[in-house]
Amino acid sequence: MPSTVPSPGLNQKDWTQIIQPRDRLFDLKLRELWHYRDLIVLFVRRDFVSQYKQTILGPAWHLIQPLLTTIVFTIVFGKIAQLPTDGVPPFLFYMAGTVMWGYFSGVLTGTSGTFTGNAHIFGKIYFPRLAVPLAGLLSKLIAFGIQFLFFLGFLAYFMLTGANVSPNAWALLTPLLLLMMACLGLGLGVIVSSLTTRYRDLTIVVGFGVQLLMYATPVIYPLSALPESYRLWMLLNPIAPIMEIFRYAYLGAGDVSLGLLAYSIVVTALILWIGVVLFNRVERTFMDTV
Amino acid sequence: MSVVIKVENLSKYYRLGVIGGGTLREDLNRWWAKARGRPDPLLQIGMEDHGNREGGELWALRDVSFEVREGEILGIIGRNGAGKSTLLKILSRITAPTTGQVKIRGRVGSLLEVGTGFHPELTGRENIYLNGAILGMKKAEIDRKLEEIIDFAEIEKFIDTPVKRYSSGMYVRLAFAVAAHLEPEILIVDEVLAVGDSLFQKKCIDKMLEVSRKGKTVLFVSHNLSAVKALCNAASLLVDGRIVFCGDVEKTIERYVGEDRLAGQEIDLHVIDRETAYAQEIIFDKITFLNYPIRFGEKITFDVKLKTTEENRRFHMLDFGVAIRDKNLNTVIHCSNRYLDINFDHLADENSYVFEIDNTLKPGRYSVVLFLRANEIVQDWLSDKIVIDIEDGNPYGYYDSAQIQGVVFPCFSVKMIEARA
Repeated sequence: MPSTVPSPGLNQKDWTQIIQPRDRLFDLKLRELWHYRDLIVLFVRRDFVSQYKQTILGPAWHLIQPLLTTIVFTIVFGKIAQLPTDGVPPFLFYMAGTVMWGYFSGVLTGTSGTFTGNAHIFGKIYFPRLAVPLAGLLSKLIAFGIQFLFFLGFLAYFMLTGANVSPNAWALLTPLLLLMMACLGLGLGVIVSSLTTRYRDLTIVVGFGVQLLMYATPVIYPLSALPESYRLWMLLNPIAPIMEIFRYAYLGAGDVSLGLLAYSIVVTALILWIGVVLFNRVERTFMDTV
Repeated sequence: MSVVIKVENLSKYYRLGVIGGGTLREDLNRWWAKARGRPDPLLQIGMEDHGNREGGELWALRDVSFEVREGEILGIIGRNGAGKSTLLKILSRITAPTTGQVKIRGRVGSLLEVGTGFHPELTGRENIYLNGAILGMKKAEIDRKLEEIIDFAEIEKFIDTPVKRYSSGMYVRLAFAVAAHLEPEILIVDEVLAVGDSLFQKKCIDKMLEVSRKGKTVLFVSHNLSAVKALCNAASLLVDGRIVFCGDVEKTIERYVGEDRLAGQEIDLHVIDRETAYAQEIIFDKITFLNYPIRFGEKITFDVKLKTTEENRRFHMLDFGVAIRDKNLNTVIHCSNRYLDINFDHLADENSYVFEIDNTLKPGRYSVVLFLRANEIVQDWLSDKIVIDIEDGNPYGYYDSAQIQGVVFPCFSVKMIEARA
């Protein structure tokens, strides 16, 4: 049998790593993630570089995508359906919605495939699994940055041509709004990805679920266009205040309420918390079920 | 030397069957049936319902405890399914144990596979960084070793080409080069690494030896006994998820080879479980050693009875092979009637075949392989199910046979020819 000689002078503190059946429920493992920061950066680079290899237009796709979506929305919802836009030029209205929503849906769909899409790597080597969704979040952030500058360009153009838009100090909240979008996308995404290790049904749900969610969020219409009785329900959606504040900040039209923002922050934190707890649980044994 | 890995009462439990049910509907179905006290509706017919909804259960590891000291090269051996891979996965944190814990001191590098996370669209250089980081290296560290890695992999010319254009050889070389330059304090290596071409194998083994010379600890999981013997200075034997032996490499290997083997002058062979891959229309029924125990230098003589499993079947063109293997399962002697150009047709339900084999084998334990092909298909194959012991002795009259190395003790002479003045 194994040697039973006691190890001299060693107590718990001397071990660099203890592998146990369960970790604490909520543990972001920030220190470990920090140690693997280079990996996260490299993942971001990989996502970015590999996405456009062997494409003719390369990163230009980041601009074409929202531009075409905005044009289609402007025609379909603005011209044909004639949805109101709070008096803002429809093109800017839809672009603001598309760019912001694009970030959220990108993070959500990207994160939701974390376990199933990386099973071949996760099954061979350990690194903090959260590095993968975090890297996804960051690479989407770069894409968002490009699109956001693009949007600002159009905004400046419309302002110069005398359109009725008025950016204001609420724009300073942009980082917070982005962070909330990121946390919501990440939180929902990790919940989905944790559950997909058992229920593959969810991968199908995510695809059209994100689409449906967009219609349940004031992306292509302003909150003010909703009948009073629906509006309350809509405000349960934590993304709604974010969209409204974002549009108000840059276009000067929309409903802004600090109370709703606070509510949205609380829900976001809750979703993120549930997500991380689930993720931590699944992370440790998902290789046995995938 | 201090302990760097301490495994305490480690167990890992797998539920079989249930895991396959991967849709929400099936789970709800199962849950609903359970709530009403009905048997699991999705259980396969004929499968027993254990009440806990498990089609089957498996303890891949059970109460495993051991320690690895700094600088030790521990080989973990065991048959397929003994729990080696599970142990490895827990140690490299790919999956969590069910109970028990592992304490580790130092940076762990685990090589369960090389080239993990290689992205085909990225260049060799980009992949070195990516793979290095996945293995736990910092960017600065990779910067420092980049030249060395490229040299080692011998791919300078293609370093800025996407790896999807690499030949498989280049791919493996690059992947291994990255892994080899990881400098962990504890290295965990899976045997799958040791497969591949022999040059690669050698590189692999050299690297492990180099790591260990630096006083690093290595954990090597394998059923390649020769590799374990060449590399390790301690070994543990896993049988059905338990550690049954731990300590000296030679003794562990001996124990491993001796697991569920049969010995004796007369052995009934028809009772042994066989792999179903063989036709088994005619099988080995019994082996009888004609001189037993087998003394050193004495011919190994045995009689094997072959019996047809159905009456009145006839077999032609027998290829009856016998191999004798040493404790590392290297074949030392290989005989067959084919080599002597003798043809046997088996024209009765039962016949005996007698082998007489010259023997200069070094005293010790050997295993016997029996192989039979007839009517042009493999009929029966018993690998290492029988062990024989050659009794102590040597042809030289030397007092201590154990001191003489080698596998065989052939007669030899030696004389001095004096230089003429």
